[in-house]
Amino acid sequence: MANSNPVRTKAAEAASAGTMAVVAPAVGWLIPGAGHMIQGRWVRGVLLFVSIATLFLVGLGMQGHIYKANGGDILDILGFIGDLGAGGLYVLTLAMNWGQGAIAFAIADYGTKFMIVAGLLNFIAVADAYHIAIGKKQ
Amino acid sequence: MTIQLTHFSAAFVFALFASVVFGITHRETTRDMVRYGLYCFVMFLGGAFVAGWAMWLIRR
Repeated sequence: MANSNPVRTKAAEAASAGTMAVVAPAVGWLIPGAGHMIQGRWVRGVLLFVSIATLFLVGLGMQGHIYKANGGDILDILGFIGDLGAGGLYVLTLAMNWGQGAIAFAIADYGTKFMIVAGLLNFIAVADAYHIAIGKKQ
Repeated sequence: MTIQLTHFSAAFVFALFASVVFGITHRETTRDMVRYGLYCFVMFLGGAFVAGWAMWLIRR
């Protein structure tokens, strides 16, 4: 009796895919790689999480600077957009008041760029999770 | 705790993790993901070497 009503089954599948197309990117933004994990792509999700989280945390450990929304300067705003991509890691960093280092030496500047790039990479991972959810990618 | 990386090790860490993400997100099959990830890794580090030597030549 599982396929007694194919129209209703297809409608339910479409609704489920539509929900996943919203949930997967949202969860993936909050926790890097989680958008892949909730769709059963465990290995990809774990690799994405390890890569993005490590890059962000190494940047933080290098005394990188975290940008905030009220930067004012256009470069600060761009830095904020990049940092924001890291989702939960960015929120945690702000909440713990980490990432307040002044960019006074080269390694700290690298750290700042590491955190921005980690956020930008997470944006790509979020887009990938969305493509999986809508069936554009396996 | 402060992490101290040399310029090369910083480039290595960046290339490694960025390549993993690029490989996973830009290709469909596992084989293609690995190949593209390796390609990106080599290009990132190779680019750093080329840029380094270019700057050395300009400085002379």
